[in-house]
Amino acid sequence: MTGSIDIATIWAFIIAFAVFVYVVMDGFDLGLGILFPLFPEKTDRDVIMNSVAPVWDGNETWLVLGGGGLMAAFPLAYAVLMPALYTPVIAMLIGLIFRGVAFEFRWRSEGRRNLWDLAFAGGSLLAALAQGIALGAILQGVHVEGRQYAGGWWDWLTPFSILTGLSLAAGYALLGATWLVLKTEDRLRERAYHLCWYLLFAMLGAIGAVSIATPFLHIQYAERWFTWPNLIFTAPVPIAVACIGVLLMRSLIERQDTRPFFLSLLLFALSYAGLGVSMYPYIVPQSITIWQAAAPANSQTFMLVGVAVLIPLILAYTALAYWVFRGKVRAGSGYH
Amino acid sequence: MSLAFPWTILPGLDAVHLARAQFAFTMSFHIVFPAFSIGLASYLAVLEALWLWTGREVFINLFNYWLKIFAVGFGMGVVSGIVMSYQFGTNWSAFSDKTGPVIGPLMAYEVLTAFFLEAGFLGVMLFGLERVGHRLHFFATLMVAVGTLISAFWILSANSWMQTPAGYAVNADGQFVVTDWLKVIFNPSFPYRLVHMVLAAYLTTALVVGAVGAFHLWRDPHLAGARVMFSMAMWMATLVAPIQIVAGDQHGLNTLKHQPVKIMGIEGHFDSYSDGAPLILLGLPDQQAGKMRYAIELPKLGSLVLKHSLDAPLAGLDTVPRENWPPVYITFWSFRIMVGMGFLMFALGLFSLWARWRGTLYRQRPLHAFAIAMGPAGFVAVLAGWFTTEAGRQPFTVYGLLRTADSASPLAAPAVGSSLLAFAIVYFTVFTAGVIYLLRLMAQPPHPGEAGPSRDKPTVAAGITPAVGSYLR
Repeated sequence: MTGSIDIATIWAFIIAFAVFVYVVMDGFDLGLGILFPLFPEKTDRDVIMNSVAPVWDGNETWLVLGGGGLMAAFPLAYAVLMPALYTPVIAMLIGLIFRGVAFEFRWRSEGRRNLWDLAFAGGSLLAALAQGIALGAILQGVHVEGRQYAGGWWDWLTPFSILTGLSLAAGYALLGATWLVLKTEDRLRERAYHLCWYLLFAMLGAIGAVSIATPFLHIQYAERWFTWPNLIFTAPVPIAVACIGVLLMRSLIERQDTRPFFLSLLLFALSYAGLGVSMYPYIVPQSITIWQAAAPANSQTFMLVGVAVLIPLILAYTALAYWVFRGKVRAGSGYH
Repeated sequence: MSLAFPWTILPGLDAVHLARAQFAFTMSFHIVFPAFSIGLASYLAVLEALWLWTGREVFINLFNYWLKIFAVGFGMGVVSGIVMSYQFGTNWSAFSDKTGPVIGPLMAYEVLTAFFLEAGFLGVMLFGLERVGHRLHFFATLMVAVGTLISAFWILSANSWMQTPAGYAVNADGQFVVTDWLKVIFNPSFPYRLVHMVLAAYLTTALVVGAVGAFHLWRDPHLAGARVMFSMAMWMATLVAPIQIVAGDQHGLNTLKHQPVKIMGIEGHFDSYSDGAPLILLGLPDQQAGKMRYAIELPKLGSLVLKHSLDAPLAGLDTVPRENWPPVYITFWSFRIMVGMGFLMFALGLFSLWARWRGTLYRQRPLHAFAIAMGPAGFVAVLAGWFTTEAGRQPFTVYGLLRTADSASPLAAPAVGSSLLAFAIVYFTVFTAGVIYLLRLMAQPPHPGEAGPSRDKPTVAAGITPAVGSYLR
């Protein structure tokens, strides 16, 4: 039994890793869509699209790994959470359809380009909000009976889930803006720098608001964060967030093109770790632990072999793709 | 509840039926794109290899021509595929809980070995021809093509396990657990289904390429690109269609062995025959009455096809409890549509061979008209084939072990009805637009000096030659 306990924990970390890589990679990608309406000029939009066109598909594959991995490693959690999150998940999928096809469609329809630009922006925002709402809905817990979800299809809708939805959208927009600072030049970069300030304050405000609201959801969250000796480990987290916020502001003032993006990722990493601290060892908060949800050890072991070999390989060729398309993106030959 | 209203006026549309309708709808839209991408990715790899090998410009022109089409089709496959990977949980949560330990890992391996490979190299394949060396670019194309095939391997393994489960046990929670991974992966129907589907994908692509080639030959019989694509496509139809007919027959015999009731549904055999079953060519299956109406049948030939003997006795659906019957009106007709398409493809291949022998391949108008008409035939056959095998699996999700009615999520009908409606609206608008863009691209003739997808887009800042590319060049 101890063997299977260990492997369940490993799998919890693998799924958490996949979801985090997704949030990091598709986050900036969705953020660009959210910011799209603020860049009305066609040349700017072309550059923004092209800064992610070669990599967006790979970014989204981590979402498929998160979903597929959850079904494989923790089928009970997948079976309970997906019906509980029915509406936000369907909304997210529809948002991803609109934004995903826009990458190609906007080049193929001269007359309707604005329509597909709208699909890109609207789809990205819808997906971001839906993901944030889903996160909030998971944190506040779902109604489970036996091995099934036992609530309704609007249970997820609370002020808290709306808050997490808006927070994630703001965070993604910050990642998008800092990505533009990293990948573009001149006027477009200036505009992105300008936006970074608003979005940074929105993100810090959102982190604060969610952090304050979470302990009120369940007494367990409050105990996890505010009791001795946990406090030794949890107290530095807000301090670290504040430090990174200050560093980010400095990098914006000093116009260091690369730093804001990576510092924003660090903000995401800290927030994500904070969520992990709140949830562990539950995979469906307050109802199902990772051990209760775990697939039999031989299923988890069978996949672990593949993951150990393939994830490093995947990271390597993903890095190759980013390397091939590295550097600043400029308007192309047809446009200047 | 007011939201329930639209669904209560349609009798029989409970949550499970709506979930089935939604799965069938989203799956039918999805399967069309991978069926096309699997074949097209391999075709692109062949074209690029031929270009690198012979240096003939026509091959790189064709490569760039079909690459633009591939990009649009692949994008639609990706977004409709993400929907599928979540739909198991949203709409079939009981199924996911019970079968997750078995088919979950198969799908996880599909993501790890195929999706990432395709996605990781797709960017280089689409936009990288001017940024990396030719060899690295060809490697990227090859990886995308291999990725589509690996993807087919895993997802068909998972699908086949649902048809012919093997290598499992059931635990205390009612979950299927694995006793032997090799038996799970290589379950009895998997090799047949894999071969049949990959050949179907190749034929589907060949028919589209052939139709586009014929369309442009119609206007200009001397267009080099059109000639090359038409000739290549017709070779594929000539060679692969007969192989596919044999493979399909073998798949059918395998089904007879492991899912005899599905074959009864396909053949429309409501009754048992003690000395030789007829081959029912056409008819109207009446599920309610358990009868085939207006049957046009050839006596004894059914036994000859299935048992290779004229007088072999054959059991019918009358030996099966009614609650285990598949929907015969679907399996019977979809199978006939698929087989009909298969023989038409075979005929097209023969016709082209004759024209080739006569030296009129590029001038034979009736042949070109036939090829254009057959452009969508692969898609029709693929969809009909999937309807046959999936409807034939009913009323089970895991054949004989887990009923469809016990697989669905505990959702109310209004929830599923709303999402079905939303998917219907979104899919029809988005994918109709996509198909129009595809047809528009195909309506353009392949030009000498054809540009790839990156030409009409801004490129990344010049001046940096990627080191990786330069020494592979």
